Amino acid sequence: MKPEEGEYLSGGKNGTIVNNSEEAFGFFSRGLTSDQETDFGIGNSFFRQSWITAPATATARDGLGPFFNAISCASCHFKDGRGRAPEYDGELGTGLLLRLSTSQQDVHGAYLPDPVYGGQLQDVAINGVDAEAAYTISYEYITEMYPDGSSAELRKPTYNIQGYNYGDMTSDLHVSPRVANQMIGMGLLEALSESTILAAEDITDADADGISGKANYVFDRTSNTIKLGRFGWKANQPTVRQQVAGAFSGDIGLTSSIFPKETFPSGFDGSTIISGGEPEVPDTVLDRVVLYSSTLAVPARRDYDTDEVLKGKQIFNNIACAKCHTPKFTTNNSYYIEANRNQEIRPYTDLLLHDMGEGLADHAPDFLADGNEWRTQPLWGIGLISVVNGHTYLLHDGRARNIEEAILWHGGEAENAKNEFKSLSKEERDQLIAFVQSL
Amino acid sequence: MKKLTLTKFALALGIMGVVSCNEDNDDKLSISKSAVIENYAEIVYQNYLDSYNDAVNLETVVNVFVSQPTEANFENAKSAWKQARESYGTTEAFRFVDGPIDDENGPEALINAWPLDENFIDYVEGVSDSGIINDLVNYPSITKQLLIDLNEDGGEKNISVGFHAIEFLLWGQDLTAPSEELAGLRPYTDFVDGGTADNQGRRRDYLSICAGLLTENLQYLVDAWAPGAAYRTYFTQELSEDEALKKMFNGAAILVYSELAIERVNVALFNQDQEDEHSCFSDNTHRDVRLNLQASINVYKGTYGNISGPSIADLVAEVNPELALEIQGVITDVVVKTDATLIPFDLAIAEGPESIEGAKVTAAKTAMQLFGSELSYAANSLGITLNEL
Repeated sequence: MKPEEGEYLSGGKNGTIVNNSEEAFGFFSRGLTSDQETDFGIGNSFFRQSWITAPATATARDGLGPFFNAISCASCHFKDGRGRAPEYDGELGTGLLLRLSTSQQDVHGAYLPDPVYGGQLQDVAINGVDAEAAYTISYEYITEMYPDGSSAELRKPTYNIQGYNYGDMTSDLHVSPRVANQMIGMGLLEALSESTILAAEDITDADADGISGKANYVFDRTSNTIKLGRFGWKANQPTVRQQVAGAFSGDIGLTSSIFPKETFPSGFDGSTIISGGEPEVPDTVLDRVVLYSSTLAVPARRDYDTDEVLKGKQIFNNIACAKCHTPKFTTNNSYYIEANRNQEIRPYTDLLLHDMGEGLADHAPDFLADGNEWRTQPLWGIGLISVVNGHTYLLHDGRARNIEEAILWHGGEAENAKNEFKSLSKEERDQLIAFVQSL
Repeated sequence: MKKLTLTKFALALGIMGVVSCNEDNDDKLSISKSAVIENYAEIVYQNYLDSYNDAVNLETVVNVFVSQPTEANFENAKSAWKQARESYGTTEAFRFVDGPIDDENGPEALINAWPLDENFIDYVEGVSDSGIINDLVNYPSITKQLLIDLNEDGGEKNISVGFHAIEFLLWGQDLTAPSEELAGLRPYTDFVDGGTADNQGRRRDYLSICAGLLTENLQYLVDAWAPGAAYRTYFTQELSEDEALKKMFNGAAILVYSELAIERVNVALFNQDQEDEHSCFSDNTHRDVRLNLQASINVYKGTYGNISGPSIADLVAEVNPELALEIQGVITDVVVKTDATLIPFDLAIAEGPESIEGAKVTAAKTAMQLFGSELSYAANSLGITLNEL
């Protein structure tokens, strides 16, 4: 067995970096202009920098909060990598947050947030202000048996929000935990043509393969229109720019031109809070963090040409994993960052929503995504999360402790593929995992 | 001198693929690649050894201060820290290539992590009880394991140990205007029982543990590169010659092109923020900048201290004498431009990119990137494509 031509170039010729170190997610793509390289460095500094309470002498980075989850992007996306759930109660900035929504929709189709606490539980606040609330996680352990008699242990989290400082939450509340994802390759996914993504849609499962695939359509705050959703665990953000601005707003409590309003729980007197500027993240900074987030290269494959991995790849295709984790796309030729154009990329996602079954359901609909649906997670870089972040936790809430557990959580449209995985011999399962690990 | 642009550099890097070695070239070479690699390994070893020895001295001097916290001993500790930075600064060209310093087990984050949020460690202006040192509830005792566990816990700026943690403990925040040309002014009495700032004993423990850890982590690197050590053997004998050369080139090029020119120099200039400079507490950043530059030059020329052996420069001179001459010109130029920037570094960046002093910093940054580009041409001339920038 042989690898395909250029198979190791996960992010294409420009967007791939050959590096297996803990810095593996932190390099810029090839082909940037000199100015873009410089802006990348500046964006990196603001991504890493801790934001502080206003007013401060360092005016470039004040305006934190008043309510927030973390004081910097890198707190959760450590070294541009993946967050995890807190290991102990009160651990700060590890990269898990709770989204809050109700079953009521606004005119754009967005589900309304909790009337008191808003769309995200901000469990930290600046000095002198009480945080919104706190939460704890408990895990229930489930044994999953293989037909060959071996077994694996899965853990299912339950979240308990307590210590409400601004009154009760609505009884019509959906809570969706979300882990910070690695930052690599986002600009390459943004450079895919809509038609390329939509070609794989099969909402009614017309081909009767048990797998549908549905695009999310979400509100774009810049153009004031509905656009294809690409980013976030439910594809609820249309652009890197809105994703970044949304994170500044929800996660760090910083205003920008896209999210100009401070987020307070209702009943909180915001008049005493000093702003870090109007907006706190000026467009000159936002632009650079967006450029940074759009040009982080994807690490090249490791061991892509070994027998074990190549056998694993064959199994991956045979048991239909590749139907949603689409191996290969080519980016369009008009993307605003030239380096990202016309790249043959291997993200292993179709960017579409799929029903993943009751086991993974958060019952929190998000635009067109229902409570069982999730966007196919890109698999590129997955094998290096352990090197960059020192853990191997996967899925939207980090419940899976490794690739095997993540596969075993697949249900709904992926139920068949999971069952086929379980029916494989131990050796074949290991080959499949070795393949995923090589991505 | 032929004018080279950064765009060209990017194009040169556009060619991916497995390194191919030009047999014809090799036959013509009177200097063997293996001798160049061996000389490099010796430089790495000697440089880490010097750094380790300086760290041992720092640890000793710090512990003298900790047991007798006098002003004179405090000043000695600061001098020893600056001395230790001299030998460490040139080791940074050995980074970024998955070597012992920053592979999966690499101690880089425990040695030189920055920038750090000082309030993660100790009190800061306006908040007298912040930091691990003053948090008696969550951290009842300051131990080595605690400080290791807390390093980068929850963020890249949550730095608890390493050179810059020690620097902060010795100098404190630099709160004076750059024009005053003063570094941090922490009083030594912060370490004296009953003196300034609470928890003096915990601060002494903290400082002592950090100094010990630095020695320990540098020892690990010395051990990895010592003659006969597993990694050195792997590097000099098991890796293909071109792979080893590629790592040498990449470390030098990524340091000077990206980490130094962009992250450490240009970002600080853009933000005009004393806090964003590498050694912001001690105002020693001008040395970091010059030493990092020297680090890449050392790798290219195969020189360090008393060591001067077969080098990449020699190889390039054989295959492309014109290019070798050009690179020598670029090196001379980048050293001149870097030396022309104002000391201390926070004064050089204080007025921003448009100012006279800021323009000098920009000129140095551009020259650093040109040197990085030249390193990639040099690699290409030997049949090696760099692909890790």
